[in-house]
Amino acid sequence: MSTPVDFLLWVRGPGFDIALAVFIIGILIRLLEMLMLGRKPDYAEPRGAELGAGLRTLLTRTLPEQGTFKRSPFTVVGGYIWHIGFFISLLFFVPHIELIDAVIGLSWPGIAGNLIDAVAAVTLVTLIAMLFSRLTHPVKRLLSGPEDYLSWLVTFLPILTGYLAYHRMIEPYPLVLGLHILSVEILMVVFPFTKLMHAFTFIMARWYNGAMAGRRGVQS
Amino acid sequence: MAETGKGMEKTLVQSLRESGVSRRGFLKFCTATASMMALPPNMAPAIAQALEKARRPSVIWLSFQECTGCTESLTRSHSPTVENLIFEHISLDYHHTLQAAAGEGAEAAREAAMAENEGQYIVVVDGSIPLGNPGYSTIAGISNLQMLEETVAGAAAVVAVGTCAAFGGLPHAKPNPTGAVSVSEIVKDKPVVNVSGCPPIPTVITGVLAHFLTFGSLPELDALGRPMAFFGKSIHDRCYRRPFYDKGLYAETFDDEGARKGWCLYRLGCKGPMAYNACATAKWNRGTSWPVESGHGCLGCSEPDFWDAGGFYNALSIPDSDITRQAVYVAGAGIALGAVAGAVNRSKQARAREEHEPVTIDDLDKRS
Repeated sequence: MSTPVDFLLWVRGPGFDIALAVFIIGILIRLLEMLMLGRKPDYAEPRGAELGAGLRTLLTRTLPEQGTFKRSPFTVVGGYIWHIGFFISLLFFVPHIELIDAVIGLSWPGIAGNLIDAVAAVTLVTLIAMLFSRLTHPVKRLLSGPEDYLSWLVTFLPILTGYLAYHRMIEPYPLVLGLHILSVEILMVVFPFTKLMHAFTFIMARWYNGAMAGRRGVQS
Repeated sequence: MAETGKGMEKTLVQSLRESGVSRRGFLKFCTATASMMALPPNMAPAIAQALEKARRPSVIWLSFQECTGCTESLTRSHSPTVENLIFEHISLDYHHTLQAAAGEGAEAAREAAMAENEGQYIVVVDGSIPLGNPGYSTIAGISNLQMLEETVAGAAAVVAVGTCAAFGGLPHAKPNPTGAVSVSEIVKDKPVVNVSGCPPIPTVITGVLAHFLTFGSLPELDALGRPMAFFGKSIHDRCYRRPFYDKGLYAETFDDEGARKGWCLYRLGCKGPMAYNACATAKWNRGTSWPVESGHGCLGCSEPDFWDAGGFYNALSIPDSDITRQAVYVAGAGIALGAVAGAVNRSKQARAREEHEPVTIDDLDKRS
């Protein structure tokens, strides 16, 4: 018998196992490949410290740069809104906290469901606006390839299906909950092999840029 | 007195009156049934009229791989009510649990009822049917499968009572040693109504019978063959603790402040969001209470495979497998594979360095 409950049990069982395996193995392979490649030893005498410059760049590259903000405020503001909205929904919705607690044993207080609901709605609208801008802005359109649209889709679907599940907009509930979990599993499978990896590499990259400049005594 | 002698000829109202139920009580039941089944209020008189004229339908009750909890729920539900009397009014011609001592006579009664009411009787089934080995469950030497097929052949409709009959239930839980299946997996050519629950709510089965007596047809069913009127909304949708879920107020243990204040039981494993049943409105024990009201999360007993849907005390969002251990294994595999990939890359790098030949101005001149 194939029922929505069977589907939910599959995505919560074997489906999640597969997605978790691809996600963790994929990320570790990519990170280890990058780190093990190493750099040539630098024999030049350092002109400054790496630590302070590295940390400073971690911060400065996270804040919007003035010139960029003036040229394309929409991209900067939209980017902040949806990233923050995504992480609030991911990390502060109580059912998600229960999941994280079950996997790594860490938990923290959640936020009321109806607040998460509002945040998710803003995130969805922002993501749609960002896609619209990508499709209509001539430069962004030229720069965008299939991987960009795939990354957008696999990021958008978990929030959309989560919103539908919270509001129980598709009946029966096991079906919409199953779709939500499946969309997250698709994200997990695609994640290590696309630009979504930036979630793990941005800290290394920003640190490296800053530290390298600090060592040479120049501004990063 | 002649009327009383012919049990089959007596109408429902007559037998209710004999049991001391007033007309007022009867009409109250009809109104309650109409509202329970989400019918318009003006249907109440129509139900009353139809039930007044209704003759006793013959019911054959088959019990297969079950725990008798469903029969307990329905026969011992509470002291006499109209629901009970409706239940008594039906001509329960065969129920082997209740007439176990009758032996051969009971089987003869079943066969007689089938022959006399060909095409009109209702078959109620509780328990799942083992397809593994017929010997796993037999009654009077007849396998469950054979008895079901024989009995259903001349039935008007089949009511699968309880989650075992409706979806396989506990016997169907992994690893399903008896090869248990639900009624609907065997009966394909007759209407089957699934009244799921472990056990199901007594009012639901009387509601289905009242609908059958009134309209001569079965009520509207959902995708899993359950009456929409009772299974159309989830426990979560009708739960009085729902506002706490929306506000993010949860009980985290069974004896913390949240539990005492009656907050949402999601974190304690309540399966209310995925369970469709009428517990929150119909309640149990004459409307006294229901599991969530008594402080325990819903187990989702009216849903297929609820025994296999993860621990009863795990939140609905937690995957079923031991993910922490799996994450550790997978991380180990990832580090090993990553190290191999890194080593391969480094050796490629070293080889490239070895094979590197310096290019001089002269070489470039030669090429151009």
